Amino acid sequence: MTALLDLEGVTLALGGREVLHDISFRVQRGETKVILGASGSGKSTILKLVLGLIRPDRGSIRIDGRDITQLKERELQRCCREQMAMVFQNAALFDSLTVRENVGYRLWERGRMLDDEIEKIVLENLQFVGLDDVIEKMPAELSGGMRKRVAIARALTSGSQVILYDEPTAGLDPINTCLITRLIKKLKSTSFTQIVVTHDLETADSVADSILMIQRGHIIFEGTAQELTQSPDPEVRFFIDPSSRFAHNQGAVTLPRPASEP
Amino acid sequence: MIAPSSTLREIAIGAVLVVQEFTVLCMHALAGLAGSRRYASEIIVQIERVGVGSLFIVILTGLFTGMVLTLQGAIQLEPYGATIYVSRLVSTSVVRELGPVLAALMIAGRVGTGIASELASMQVTEQIDAMRAEGTDPIQKLVTTRLIACVLMIPILTIVADGIAMVGGWLIATVTLSIDSYFYWTWALEALFPRDLVLGLVKPVVFGFLIAMVGCYAGLRTTGGTVGVGLSTTQSMVSSSILVLSADFLLTKLSMVWS
Repeated sequence: MTALLDLEGVTLALGGREVLHDISFRVQRGETKVILGASGSGKSTILKLVLGLIRPDRGSIRIDGRDITQLKERELQRCCREQMAMVFQNAALFDSLTVRENVGYRLWERGRMLDDEIEKIVLENLQFVGLDDVIEKMPAELSGGMRKRVAIARALTSGSQVILYDEPTAGLDPINTCLITRLIKKLKSTSFTQIVVTHDLETADSVADSILMIQRGHIIFEGTAQELTQSPDPEVRFFIDPSSRFAHNQGAVTLPRPASEP
Repeated sequence: MIAPSSTLREIAIGAVLVVQEFTVLCMHALAGLAGSRRYASEIIVQIERVGVGSLFIVILTGLFTGMVLTLQGAIQLEPYGATIYVSRLVSTSVVRELGPVLAALMIAGRVGTGIASELASMQVTEQIDAMRAEGTDPIQKLVTTRLIACVLMIPILTIVADGIAMVGGWLIATVTLSIDSYFYWTWALEALFPRDLVLGLVKPVVFGFLIAMVGCYAGLRTTGGTVGVGLSTTQSMVSSSILVLSADFLLTKLSMVWS
């Protein structure tokens, strides 16, 4: 069976520095894949590559078997972005638009539906994330957690069956983290394909079908959440339990050097 | 130690790259004109921002320019007993040079920096990426709309600035210099040729293009968070001012050769 997404030997350098090295993995339809790693390890760059927002120096990125690395912007739109939606790290809601306009943005841009129909879908998706009461507000009036949930509603409104999340729970309080995690799990149960980039082990553990771990632009682990906890790899062990290494080193701490991100 | 030749080479390559990127952005924005009707509401918003928003500052610029020009011109003409012709000096200076250039510089400060900082903020908060991810061409939606607004509104604002400057000159001429209104307006209009009017309207179109494109370019290539936003805004103001003044010289020289 052809994987929905297939990255093969993807390498990318930014500003003369290698951010990703020989990255290869697959995502099957309906799977929730978590990309785990420390800040600056190159995780978010993978999502931008998948959306065609940046192009790799080497390697191929296949969506439904079609390599998108050589496609022009208009073809990327038709072959890639039409079937995907992304929840950006800081939500990336459009400041000049209301919540209603943000959530229904893609449908209004396409211009294929009547306003009433779009309005109905917008309201349904805002109800799904529990925020139908903020429909008239501007993004600046929302809290961080609310912005992330509005961004999820925007992703759902696009009608895409593939959702990419860039650090969906970063910087949120435990209640909002729990809300977002539950939303991702709810979408997982309704056959959405999801790629979640995070550094939060709890989020990864609760939503992942499979986990990919990146360190300094290299894949250092691929498997299930259970396999991750049993991995003997010292880099993986350090990420799971950083205090263990600090204790052995008697205070002489050497942190992993992050790869630069765009 | 870095060899001076390699530093110079890097600077030269950097400059060529900037010109190349700017040219590509301009071509992309112009190509976006074809389907710009779908963003009619956005164009109207931008026209309101550029036109109505800059009206007050342009009126003040025009008024004081005309008044100062009349006062200074009268001092120079008085020894020759030619004070009555001061309106010729005002109308030709304002329509040919001062109106378009001063209005453009004021608009570059107000509108160009506004465009740069808005797009720069969108860039650093990933809104531009989000727009692309949502299937929108950010250049057509953000750049082409602003370009249309600037190219349409800056000539209109320049006409306003020219008119107000001549009114300002008339106020000083009649109140301070006791020049009859009939003579002021007769000499002012008689000094103008159709070529001056054409040049006075071609210049603001070019300036509008430059202000919009420099503002958009500076905004869209922003990196480095809020510090980058500040730098892009400053860069936009400096670059568009220099380009406006250079283009003014070039257009004046071209019009002289042509005539």
